[in-house]
Amino acid sequence: MSAWLRRYGKWMIILPPLLYLLVFFLIPFAFALKISLSETALRVPPFTDILTLSTDGHPHLALNFGNFKYLFTDEVYGLSYLYSLKTAFFSTLICLALGYPMAYAIARTSKSTQNILLLIIILPFWTSFLLRVYALEGIIRENGLLNTALLWLGVIHHPLQIMRTTLAVYFGIIYSYLPFMVLPLFATLEKLDNSLLEAAADLGSPPWRSFLDVTLPLSMPGIIAGSMLVFIPAIGEFVIPTLLGGPDNLMIGRVLWDEFFGNRDWPVASAVAIVFLILLVGPIALYQHYNTQQLEV
Amino acid sequence: MNERVSPFLLTILCIGIAILYVPIIVLIAYSFNASALVSVWGGFSTSWYGALLHNEQILDAAWLSLKVGVVVSTGAVMLGTLAAIGLVRFARFRGRLLLIGMVNAPLVMPEIVTGITQLLLFISMLHLIGWPHRGFLTIVIAHIAFCTAYVTITVQSRLRTVDRSLEEAAMDLGSGPVRAFLDTTLPAIMPALASSWLLSFTLSLDDLVISSFVSGPGASTLPMVIFSKVKLGVSPDINALASLVIGAVGVCVVLAGYLMRRTERQRVLDMQLAER
Repeated sequence: MSAWLRRYGKWMIILPPLLYLLVFFLIPFAFALKISLSETALRVPPFTDILTLSTDGHPHLALNFGNFKYLFTDEVYGLSYLYSLKTAFFSTLICLALGYPMAYAIARTSKSTQNILLLIIILPFWTSFLLRVYALEGIIRENGLLNTALLWLGVIHHPLQIMRTTLAVYFGIIYSYLPFMVLPLFATLEKLDNSLLEAAADLGSPPWRSFLDVTLPLSMPGIIAGSMLVFIPAIGEFVIPTLLGGPDNLMIGRVLWDEFFGNRDWPVASAVAIVFLILLVGPIALYQHYNTQQLEV
Repeated sequence: MNERVSPFLLTILCIGIAILYVPIIVLIAYSFNASALVSVWGGFSTSWYGALLHNEQILDAAWLSLKVGVVVSTGAVMLGTLAAIGLVRFARFRGRLLLIGMVNAPLVMPEIVTGITQLLLFISMLHLIGWPHRGFLTIVIAHIAFCTAYVTITVQSRLRTVDRSLEEAAMDLGSGPVRAFLDTTLPAIMPALASSWLLSFTLSLDDLVISSFVSGPGASTLPMVIFSKVKLGVSPDINALASLVIGAVGVCVVLAGYLMRRTERQRVLDMQLAER
C-alpha cells in the first residue's frame, strides 16, 4: 500500500486538476480554432466539419481561411479592436491617475487604518459587478444624482446626457476597476523604504524631485501590474458598453456577443475571438513578468 | 512608511472611496422608494421587497444560482487544493509548466473568450458523444474551471508558508503521509480553503458572460435574469434585489474576514506557546 502510494500518490494529486483544466479550459481553444476555419452552415451545430471522409474513405481536409480574411475586409472588426484598445488605454490612465494618490495615501497611514481602508477598497470587488454597473446608471442617468446635484448647484442649466455616450463607458470602467489599480500599487508603495526618501531630502532634493527619482521608479512593478489588471479586462468588456454605452460604443466584446447571439455566425465569432486572444498575448505576458517579479521581491 | 498624510492625498482618497460607494448607497436608498417612478421620491416603503417574493422568475433564477454556486465552490476548492499541493510539494513533474499556465490563464482571460470556447466544446461534445446537454451541468463545469484557478492561487500562497516540520514530525511518529498531511497541514491551510470557497461562491454567483454562453434554454441564472431586465432600464424591484444581494455579500465578507483573522491570531498564539 505504502509503496504503491509513494509511486502513484503524486499523480493522484496532480492528475485531477490537470485533466480537468486541460479538457474544460485548454482544449476548448483548439475547438474554437477548428471552428474558425470552418464555414457557416444551416444545420446543428451551425458550421461545417473541416475534416470529412469522402465516399471512398479518404480523409478530406477543408480549411477555410475566409473568416480571417473577412475580419480584415469588413472594417467593423478593425474599428472595434481599435476602439476597445483606445477605451481600455485611456480608462487605465485615468484609473492610474486616481488610484496612485489613493494607494499612496493608504500606504502612509498607520497599520490598523491601512487594514480598514483596504477592506473598504476590496469590499466593492466582492459585490456583484453587474449590480454595480447598474447602480452607476442611477447616478449618471438624465434624472440621476449627478445631474440633480449639478442642476441644484447651478453649474449646469440642462441635464447632461451621459448615459449611452462614450463618457458613460469611461465612468463604468473606472468605477468598476479602480480597486484593481489601488491594491497592487499599495502592495509596492507599502514596502517602500522611507529612509531612501529621507536620504534624498537630506541631500537637498525637493519632495517632487524625490518622488520622481525614488518613489516612482520603485513603484513601477505596482504600476504595471495594476495597469494590466485594469487594461486586460477593460479591453474585453461586454457588460459596461452594453448597459451604459450607446450604439457607437462598439467594443470587441460586444461585437463578439452580437456575432454569436445575433448573427449566429459562429465561425466568424471564433475567428474574432482567436485574433483578440493573439492581440492580448503582449499585455498578458507583460503582466505575468512583473507579477512574478513582484512575488519574488 | 508611516507619516502624516497631506490634505491633497486625503482629498483624493475620499473622492475615490466616494466614487466606489455613492452609487451603491443611492441604489439601496431608492430600493425603499414607494414610487414606481425611479426619479421621484414617494416616501419610505418596503413593498418592492415584498414584490420580489412573488416573482417566480427571479426566485427560480436565484435558487439555480445558489445551487450552482455551492456545487461549483465545493468542486473548485477540491480541485484547486489538489493543484496547489501538486505545485508546492512536487518541484518536478511532467506537465508542471502546463498546469502553472492553466491556473494563471483564467485570471487574465477575457470572460467572453472563455465563454465562447467552452460553448464550442460543449456543442461539439454533444454532437460527438451526446453529452452534456446545456443547462445546470454545463454552467457548473464552466464555472469550476475558472474558480479552480482562483482557489489554486489562494491556497498555493498559504501552503508555501506552512512549516513542514510538523508534518515530518507526525510521519516520524508513525503517521502515513496522507494522515500526517490531514492532521497537521490541512488545519493550517483551512482558513485559505474557507476564503477561497467564499471567493468561488461569489465569483460563480456573479458570473454573467460565461453562464450566458454555456447555459441552455430554461436554465437562467440570477445575473442572466437581472441583465435582461436591466437592459430595459432602471426598475425598482431590481433595486430591491440588488440591495439584498449587496447586503448579503457585504455581511458575509466582513464576517469571513473577522473569523479568519481570529483563527489566524489563535494559530499565531498557539505557535508562540509551542515555541516556549
